[in-house]
Amino acid sequence: MEHQEHVIERYERAWIFFGLAMIAVFIILIGYMMMTMGNTNPVGAGRIDPTKVRTEGEFANPRVEQIGNEYVAYVQAFSFGYLPNEMRFKVGRRVTFYITAPDVQHGFQVENTNINVQVIPGEIAKVSYTFSRPGEYRIICNEYCGIGHANMISKLIVEP
Amino acid sequence: MAVQTLIRFDAYADAPEKKYALYMMMLGFSALALGTFFGPLQAFNYGGLDLYPLLKPVFQNYYQGLSLHGVLNAIVFTQLFAQTIMIYLPARELGLRPNMKLAWASFWMALAGLLTAAVPLLLNEASVLYTFYAPLKANWAFYTGAAIFVLSSYISIYVALELWLRWRRANPGKITPLATFMAVTFWLMWFLASLGLVVEMLFLIPWSLGILPGVDPLLMRTLFWYTGHPIVYFWLLPAYTLAYVTLPRLAGGKLVSDPLARLVFVLFLLFSVPVGFHHQFADPGIAPYWKFIHTVLTMMVAVPSLITAFTIAASLEVAGRTNGGKGLLGWITSLPWHNPTVLAFLLGFLAFIPGGAGGIVNASFNLNQNVHNTVWIPGHFHLQVGTLVTMAAMGTAFWLIPHLTGKPLVARGLAVASQWLWFLGMFLMTFALHWMGFLYAIPRRAHIAGSPVAMEAFKESSAWMALNIVSGVILLVAAVLFFYVIFATALQNRREPEKVLGEVPFSEAISKPEGSSLARLTERVGFWFGLAVLLVVLAYGPVLYQMFTNMLPVPGVRLW
Ligand code: HEM
Ligand SMILES: [Cu+2]
Repeated sequence: MEHQEHVIERYERAWIFFGLAMIAVFIILIGYMMMTMGNTNPVGAGRIDPTKVRTEGEFANPRVEQIGNEYVAYVQAFSFGYLPNEMRFKVGRRVTFYITAPDVQHGFQVENTNINVQVIPGEIAKVSYTFSRPGEYRIICNEYCGIGHANMISKLIVEP
Repeated sequence: MAVQTLIRFDAYADAPEKKYALYMMMLGFSALALGTFFGPLQAFNYGGLDLYPLLKPVFQNYYQGLSLHGVLNAIVFTQLFAQTIMIYLPARELGLRPNMKLAWASFWMALAGLLTAAVPLLLNEASVLYTFYAPLKANWAFYTGAAIFVLSSYISIYVALELWLRWRRANPGKITPLATFMAVTFWLMWFLASLGLVVEMLFLIPWSLGILPGVDPLLMRTLFWYTGHPIVYFWLLPAYTLAYVTLPRLAGGKLVSDPLARLVFVLFLLFSVPVGFHHQFADPGIAPYWKFIHTVLTMMVAVPSLITAFTIAASLEVAGRTNGGKGLLGWITSLPWHNPTVLAFLLGFLAFIPGGAGGIVNASFNLNQNVHNTVWIPGHFHLQVGTLVTMAAMGTAFWLIPHLTGKPLVARGLAVASQWLWFLGMFLMTFALHWMGFLYAIPRRAHIAGSPVAMEAFKESSAWMALNIVSGVILLVAAVLFFYVIFATALQNRREPEKVLGEVPFSEAISKPEGSSLARLTERVGFWFGLAVLLVVLAYGPVLYQMFTNMLPVPGVRLW
């Protein structure tokens, strides 16, 4: 038993060391990716009174604007859809989305990309992305927003 | 005959804490029974099969069912189970009686809160899911009942600490026995962790009553996740406690290291709470560097689980070898797989391994972006709370109900079958959900089977959907078997105290706490608690301060 105890303790230490090393590697990787992955992680771009989203400011006129070689999109996520209800971009150009909601929380996930935003009333979320392949991309609401939540699927089109 | 009917036998006269533990636990399993009923329906939903029209007279929609599923399983059942185990084990271990008046007060308070919240849930007045994100607004009784229910755990905290302090006074200088140490650190962790929810309720209750015109959705969300992540450890630690304290003995072996088990609980006390932002990676309004700090701390909470994996595996190996297992893997087959309790733990831990790996994906920011709020997420946590935590509770019920009541376990064969089926069903379901989330971005919390738009959009995943239906059927059978076994056991008239475990099967440790400097160090519970508070203040303080001083109140709506 005495002997067994020491063997176990040796393995134990090795295991804990291995675990800590793995975690350190993970942390460094995550930090590195965070710094290099550009702006696909949503950040806050100010706040807005949700009761006025539909009537005042940029979001009262949901649209895609082309500015030079880039696009800026002002998107409203509402129960149960998105405005503008169709967005078109040219492939290979950077798109910056500003998204907010006039009612409750929603999701804004674009399939086959890593755009995935929690849309919160009162907050303006900002993400940028460059589509590298033309085609149709579904936009999916992935936060429960009421009885019609499952119908809240839209699309955007990336033209060649 | 006549004598027997005349003298009414009170099985609990000399052990009132047994009656308390039994009532708490059975209330928890009753909640789980109703909550679990919706599980297979949800699995069918993700298989494209919509059975909700059939429920219409009683349950109005998918989201009402899902709210019941989340609230009853994840909030109610788990807390009641903790209030059972983390009071009863230390009481038995120390040989002291908890303050019974207060213990019963916690039971009645939990029941009152549960019933209060159940009314709006059952009337479809609170179909806001168990996260109740503002501005979706439920009936006031939902928030009030939930608050009463959660606050009943504060009585449990007091009962556990009072028990421990009483023992300490009588045993100065001695090292706290292991289960008690776990209970004390566990309840302190929960006290710190629950504050977010309690403060959130201070907003939501007046808001739902119309006294406050609006609440800040981001602040509510942040307060929710302040509690919402550590609540995972609140679910998990009773299972870990049982795995450390009872499993080695039940499997025929010993716990390899007692001091290491203490270290695990101290680490949980320190790192459980300051990690909530990892649920908010996709949120605007929280700066990326705060998200990164929480990511690092989240990785730290993996450490105690890694140590647990090691200690439990090594203890099981000792058990298997003691039972005569030889060779590299022979000890595994020599474990008592026929014992439904041991089986439940073994299968639960087996499922926990991919669960933990998936958790590291979720915690990594960038990877998280591909799976955030897709069905990957329920896939992930059913491997943990739905499998290890629930199976540890189910497995424990198989000896604990007989131990508490003196009534032997009914239909042992069905008990064993229920665990195999539960494991198999969960394995298939979580497998399907992970891939559906990852490959097709299928959203969670979506009644897709009731939405032609969604079914059209996700039709490529039909093979995975079929797997969900199969798993739903298997889990339904597993649940029916399990609930039959425990209710038939608890409700039978036969008492045969000689056929049940007379004592809690506390395990002996190979490496003991006496003389261990690590164990001595962990005894300074007050210090560790202070450090935990400090970490929380540092990791949350600035962000919460900024949120509280810049609130943007939003009125509530009902959209279901
Ligand atoms: C028969 C067993 C079960 C099945 C088939 C099942 C199935 C499911 C499914 C398919 C979902 C996803 C629903 C959706 O996102 O729309 C879900 C959600 C959930 N389940 Fe289970 N489950 C079972 C048991 C459990 C248990 C035992 C627990 C916890 C103790 C649990 C806790 C949860 C939670 C917390 C959610 C999230 C609810 C939400 O998103 O609001 N489930 N379940
Ligand atoms: Cu939505």
